[in-house]
Amino acid sequence: MTINVWRVFRRHLNVLKKTWLNNLMFNFIEPFLYLLAMGFGLGNLVQEVDGISYLQFIGLGMIASSAMWAATFEATYGSFVRLHYQKTYHAMLATPATVADIVLGDLLFAALKSLIFGTVILFVVTAIGLVHSVWALLIFPFMLIHGFFFATVALTFTSWCKHIDYFNYYITLFSTPLFLFSGIFFPLNTLPAWAQWLAWLNPLFHSVEVVRSLGLGRLEPFLLVHVIILIALSILLAWLPIRMMEKRLIQ
Amino acid sequence: MTSIIKAKNLYKRYGDFTAVNGIDFCIDEGECFGFLGPNGAGKSTTMRMLYGLSRVDAGELTILGEKISLTPPAIKAQLGIVPQEDNLDPDLTVMENLLAHARFYGIPSSEAEAKSKELLEFMGLDVKSDDDVESLSGGLKRRLVIARALINEPKIVILDEPTTGLDPAARHLVWQKLRQLKERGISLLLTTHYMEEASQLCDRLVIINQGKILAEGSPDWLVQTLIPPEVIQVNLPSTSLPTGLVERVKELKAHPVILPEMTFLFTPAGDQLWEQLSSLGLNPRSCIHRPSNLEDVYLTLTGGNLGQ
Repeated sequence: MTINVWRVFRRHLNVLKKTWLNNLMFNFIEPFLYLLAMGFGLGNLVQEVDGISYLQFIGLGMIASSAMWAATFEATYGSFVRLHYQKTYHAMLATPATVADIVLGDLLFAALKSLIFGTVILFVVTAIGLVHSVWALLIFPFMLIHGFFFATVALTFTSWCKHIDYFNYYITLFSTPLFLFSGIFFPLNTLPAWAQWLAWLNPLFHSVEVVRSLGLGRLEPFLLVHVIILIALSILLAWLPIRMMEKRLIQ
Repeated sequence: MTSIIKAKNLYKRYGDFTAVNGIDFCIDEGECFGFLGPNGAGKSTTMRMLYGLSRVDAGELTILGEKISLTPPAIKAQLGIVPQEDNLDPDLTVMENLLAHARFYGIPSSEAEAKSKELLEFMGLDVKSDDDVESLSGGLKRRLVIARALINEPKIVILDEPTTGLDPAARHLVWQKLRQLKERGISLLLTTHYMEEASQLCDRLVIINQGKILAEGSPDWLVQTLIPPEVIQVNLPSTSLPTGLVERVKELKAHPVILPEMTFLFTPAGDQLWEQLSSLGLNPRSCIHRPSNLEDVYLTLTGGNLGQ
């Protein structure tokens, strides 16, 4: 790992500067549709959840999911296009950059995208009065940890993936279940005990807990456990896409 | 002269397939060295080992004095790579492609900008500086890839089929630029399956087939040494040749090489052999008499069954 990680990141930043309007606008539409349909539509039927309005309940959760999707799409489709179609990785490997530099540069960039997408939703839910605490500021650094983790998992899949269509499986069979059973749309304590235990295996659940608590100012030491789980998993897993990508690129 | 790349008994295997099967070569500083061979001969695999996309399985590979198994970043910093497939960054403009590449060598941005401008001018791309890469023609893309490979002022430029797919005018322009690089003292290493490219550019070359080196030398030396100076090319499929041709040609001191679609009759005395064509049962209208060239050497070594 060298300064070249930063140089890879800089290349992605250059591209983002040109394409951010097309790139970002479309992706923001989906969380807003959820907020409208669920928050205002379903929210009329639902009373309070955990002492807050349903719109507030899901609005804060959507910060985490939006950030997860951003990192996921960047580290799947985004990285795969560079790897497979554009051969950008190969071009970088002709320079002193190594596979580890490229993978970590991609992960950092995906984490940045998480931060950007999470931030926009955070601004929106703050603007409509759903955020109640200055602790919400801690959501910014947390988005980077959260994004790095989901990017690591996604890039591991990408380094194995042979065809762009396979990402449909990843999105449908992995990301979507995480999204639906993360405690964004309903509190998990309404589920049977075994299902609550299962939720602990859902990384997005940990993020939703952290983001929602920070937004509401409901701080408790236990939140650190969720954060530490994500950091530990990121450190444990980050070598995996590096090794797998090395195997794929260097024969 | 000092050697900058040296390979001794080099091997590369993919599973059961041996792509490079114990080759030796030595490239001197400042020369243009060529790998000539058909597709799948092991040329690209050898190039990949040189520029760090493949590990050396067995044998010794020394680049710029360092023995390597996977080319390390410090060596890569002194190489310029022109891969077979254009891998320009389509998300960036022509100029930005060079600048983004320069960053990986730690070239300060003001210096990178000056160097990029100079290279775009050298490759005749200066008017395209702000264009999208996607809008460039195949020939211009190739020139940009070469410009990119020069951004770090490399000691060695490795070109994997630099002109494949280009039209003749674009090809000649690339050749002219490569000659200019050689004049500047840059060592060139290229793979090709174009004879003309090899004979126009290379000081020395190896002919490689099925992972093995079949011959090595300067293009002229190979032609003069390995085959007789003249050839009568018979444009008939091997199945339509008159019976007993091989034996009768050999009696006339000529050396037949039979390929599926044509036959070469190599000879030191072409005129005399030409006069015998009808007696050999050949129609002179399907035959051409010409001096032998590098392509004959290549076809003889890689495809001919030497009349046996």
